[in-house]
Amino acid sequence: MLTKMIGVETRLFFREPGVWLLTILLPTIVLVVVGLLFGVKPDPSLGGHRWIDIFAPSMVVMTLAILGVNTLPARLVKYREKGVMRRLSTTPASPRSLLIAQLAVNMGVAVGSLVVLVVVGNVVLQIPFPKDMLGFGVAFLLGMSALFALGLLVAAVAPTAGIASALFVPLFALVMFLGGVYLPRQMLPDLLIRVGDYTPPGVQALLDAWSGTSPQLAQLAAMGVITILAGAAAVRRFRWE
Amino acid sequence: MNVIEVTNLVKRYGDHTAVDDVSFAVEEGEIFAILGPNGAGKTTTVESISGLRTPDSGTIRVLGLDPRRDRDELRRVVGVQLQESELPDQIRVREAMDLYASFYAEPRDPERLLDDLGLADKRTSAYGKLSGGQKQRLSIALALIGNQKIAILDELTTGLDPRARRDTWQLIEDVRAGGVTVILVTHFMEEAERLADRIAVIDAGRLVALDTPAGIVSRVDAEQRLRFRPSAPIEDGLLTGLPEVRSVRRHGQTVEVAGTGNLVVAVTAVLARNRIVANELRIEQAGLDDAFVALTGRTLAS
Repeated sequence: MLTKMIGVETRLFFREPGVWLLTILLPTIVLVVVGLLFGVKPDPSLGGHRWIDIFAPSMVVMTLAILGVNTLPARLVKYREKGVMRRLSTTPASPRSLLIAQLAVNMGVAVGSLVVLVVVGNVVLQIPFPKDMLGFGVAFLLGMSALFALGLLVAAVAPTAGIASALFVPLFALVMFLGGVYLPRQMLPDLLIRVGDYTPPGVQALLDAWSGTSPQLAQLAAMGVITILAGAAAVRRFRWE
Repeated sequence: MNVIEVTNLVKRYGDHTAVDDVSFAVEEGEIFAILGPNGAGKTTTVESISGLRTPDSGTIRVLGLDPRRDRDELRRVVGVQLQESELPDQIRVREAMDLYASFYAEPRDPERLLDDLGLADKRTSAYGKLSGGQKQRLSIALALIGNQKIAILDELTTGLDPRARRDTWQLIEDVRAGGVTVILVTHFMEEAERLADRIAVIDAGRLVALDTPAGIVSRVDAEQRLRFRPSAPIEDGLLTGLPEVRSVRRHGQTVEVAGTGNLVVAVTAVLARNRIVANELRIEQAGLDDAFVALTGRTLAS
């Protein structure tokens, strides 16, 4: 039942070319374009690193932000508004299985996008693979969980698609800004950089693991706490109709 | 055998009592219509039977199950087609059937069901591209795919054109012929009259009548009405003198005679004796519409 639903939801996701091309390819395209234009020479002010190596994790933030605070919750709100969940609640499949299927599909797409980003970045721009693979995996999973939980919470409390998007747009912009997508993080004031360290999905932890430093436990823990708090609140508040 | 028993059902939303002490039983294999104007409490009643709402008081048993307590069990045996509940636009007809079939232990054959519902050539079409009638038929198919014993269909022909509506009615009769008990929620008199074995008339949350369509009609005083244009002037007194006649009214040249019993024979005999021909003679008998007005004091449309 659940595998069938994940299968169907996956096909539905890929039937909207605008959505999946944007999600999977846009961060990679931005990385390549920006990298080729600005970032391929070692920069003494960055300790000899290339600027693009530091910018790459922000493109992971972009992928997760598109999925976690846009695609996933928007689809759930739409399903609720159209009565898709209500209909399911009259069958032996609970609407919860639809929620789980949606999470599975979006997380799967997030991992797929990440692989495309890392491989293309490596081939085209010679960005090294993440050096601390385990730390990178943990930081990615926790950051994704925290951001997806926030997205679910908004979907849970927003009564209509209109109100949901009024909440998603600023949240999306905030996550992108603090994650260094709009402006490189080095250009932000110190305070905003520190805030960004603890804002899902936790760009600093991704950068640390990528460049071979272990991610800081406090930052990972923050992601875990946000996942639990936002996730629990979302589950409690979620309405199926 | 009763498959559904509703006893003293009460459901309130705040100060508003949507369902007020409603009791009825549905027998196995029948088409049972719940008829009433919009906002009468029909949907709340069937949503309570489906386990979607918790009654404030009263008991409901569906195949011996309590819809709230035994909700998991109930969902396997009752198929529900709801108002305003759609599918994702991108999902294809066959895909939706397969998905819903996977929820049940012994589903029906999706291909055959699509054939029966006239959706066979739409199996690869996306839900968003279907017409209103096709969406309704798919929705009915999904309410039957699990081989459910009971199908609850809420306003299934609302928004359909007359042809699609008649096709859907045929379909419901076929479904019942296959042994499924059908609960039909409707505010179309014609639909209830054509399909239902029994009708529960609900108005302002109360059950005002429960009978066969003919039984409900016979409850209202069986008044008949004759209208005609007499070939020569006729005095009211000639007609009002008849024991069968209750009233005589005139609309321009047309005379309207209301009464009971052998009204037609009595009136035409008087006219014949006076050598008057009744032009454009029309006879009206009470129907379910009149019965509804008599029971609730208003028309269904209002």
